[in-house]
Amino acid sequence: MTDQRPLLEVTDLVKHYAVRGGVLRRRVGTVHAVDGVSFSVAKGETLGLVGESGCGKSTVARSVLRLVEPSSGAIKLNGTDITGLSKAEMRPHRRSMQIVFQDPFASLNPRMTAGDIVGEPLGVHGLATGRAQQERVAELFGQVGLRADQMKNYPHQFSGGQRQRICIARALALGPSLIVCDEPVSALDVSIQAQVINLLIDLQRKNDFSYLFIAHDLAVVAHISHRVAVMYLGRIVEIADKTELFANPRHPYTQALLASVPVADPKAKKLAPMIDGDVPSPINPPSGCAFHTRCRYVMDRCKVERPTLVKAGGQHEVACWLNDGTGRAENS
Amino acid sequence: MSEARKDDTILDVKNLQTVFFTNSGLFRAVDDVSFNVRRGETLAIVGESGCGKSVTALSVMRLVPDPPGRVVGGTVTLEGTDLLSLDEAEMRKIRGNRMSMIFQEPMTSLNPVMRIGDQITEVLRLHQEMTSREAWAKAVEMLRLVRIPEPDRRAQEYPHQLSGGMRQRAMIAMALACRPALLIADEPTTALDVTIQAQILALIVDLQKTLGTGLILITHDLGVVAQTAQRVIVMYAGKKVEEAAVEDLFENPKHPYTRGLMASMPAVISFGAKTDARLNEIPGMVPSLTNLPPGCAFAPRCSLAIDRCRAEYPPLQEVDGDHFAACWRAAELVGAP
Repeated sequence: MTDQRPLLEVTDLVKHYAVRGGVLRRRVGTVHAVDGVSFSVAKGETLGLVGESGCGKSTVARSVLRLVEPSSGAIKLNGTDITGLSKAEMRPHRRSMQIVFQDPFASLNPRMTAGDIVGEPLGVHGLATGRAQQERVAELFGQVGLRADQMKNYPHQFSGGQRQRICIARALALGPSLIVCDEPVSALDVSIQAQVINLLIDLQRKNDFSYLFIAHDLAVVAHISHRVAVMYLGRIVEIADKTELFANPRHPYTQALLASVPVADPKAKKLAPMIDGDVPSPINPPSGCAFHTRCRYVMDRCKVERPTLVKAGGQHEVACWLNDGTGRAENS
Repeated sequence: MSEARKDDTILDVKNLQTVFFTNSGLFRAVDDVSFNVRRGETLAIVGESGCGKSVTALSVMRLVPDPPGRVVGGTVTLEGTDLLSLDEAEMRKIRGNRMSMIFQEPMTSLNPVMRIGDQITEVLRLHQEMTSREAWAKAVEMLRLVRIPEPDRRAQEYPHQLSGGMRQRAMIAMALACRPALLIADEPTTALDVTIQAQILALIVDLQKTLGTGLILITHDLGVVAQTAQRVIVMYAGKKVEEAAVEDLFENPKHPYTRGLMASMPAVISFGAKTDARLNEIPGMVPSLTNLPPGCAFAPRCSLAIDRCRAEYPPLQEVDGDHFAACWRAAELVGAP
């Protein structure tokens, strides 16, 4: 990690979706998918983004790539604000950011050969055609642990893990500086999951790009990330260095989330759910701190005033009113 | 097996064999699998996709789609009744009554156009002599038992009005309504978020203790196994490769596949562990069931494989007290991976 200008800088990102109803399709509500999110990713760094379904982590990923248009906020890539750029202006920037999706069955065109899938971005950006493209694709196949003779096969001839390798090869083709991974191993079996995680780590070591790594599996995120941000209902509630976050979580939600993960050790039985109830709807998120409806330590202030991320020592930031806005130490 | 244990056995499965006839040939989804479940016990069946864990459950429930599948061998005995000899009408009296099953995705198991209360009432009236009024009261009581807030109101609602966690609770209420001796839960929390998963697992374990139900929990998550089960079966390519008490299995796994699974799981609390540390991976992938190697199905991926493994299938043997493994080299493996 370096202390230069961050590769990716997201400031106050907001994405609202309109809920329409009635005959006139009038706006009857707003989904607060992402509600003021700021973070940065340094060159060669992996930032993990965790949270439960509906917390907005995938919307953040897609907004960063401008696959969905953010409602407001700024996204800076290498110092350039890309939020206002037109499609044509975006194009050169697209080369430096790529995405790997969760479902390797849905994200590959079944009528294209694996070689054509990986070669397509090279053709689109006019980087390599014909023979040169074939050679580059063969090289990419080698990098992700596939054989060059598999280039002529179609996606259905590959297993889930191999398909994810094809997706990774396609993302690598343009030599990106940022790869967004949206639940890249969630659809894979445990033994295959480890292979793909190792591949992602190896590739980062070689190429020094950054990952924005989104997953609901805390163990996977803990393993691959340098820093981790925890999201709840469209907001980041805590962000810290990986080791610090897992050793010393300060937001009651992070603490509950960590305590909910079943530990693979029968001697550490602890099946006691830390929070009751469900995540509230993002259509009418609770006032103040969005977590106050499920929080054990809720105070009056939490219900009315929205806490912002503040430093709770070092680079550890937390959005919680407890202890003058520094959250709760776990063993207090 | 001690006498006490024998008396307590509610489900006894012996040498179960289930095959599927497909265009690409016959494959043995479940190949010679035996196990038993005692009253109040939780047996976990672990393995990756395609290992036969779900087909094992469906075979016990007699729900394997025929064609293409068929149970071709073995016995399944529930509370002294041989299930494989029953006709469909007799089976219906047992399903939902003496044993029931819950699935991964509650929305596909619930009827979307029937109120929750009616769906539970239906089960009760099918199996027990009850007026509709009594059955409705019992349905509400079941919803209260699974800790659904405002059960009177929720009983009147339709499945789409409930959250994922609530739906799974409703499924559990329905499955347990007739106080079955055996509950089979097939990946009951895989579709749920981790905080909701913790709630549902705690609920299942709690109810099982109160009601004395035997539970078969099918999962791919070793964390869930460690937190809920007393005994564990590990399956690979249709066969049982290891069985042990949960503490034994985690402390001293005897099959290289079990060891590989444990080592390839990232641990949540990896303090001090270097971020870029590599996980131990199991090379290769699960073999296709239509084209299994002659010896041990795991041999091509196993770092310990010797010539014998590739030629001869290792029988399941007791390697330690009540700890079974199907591996030629199990005795050499000591301690945690």
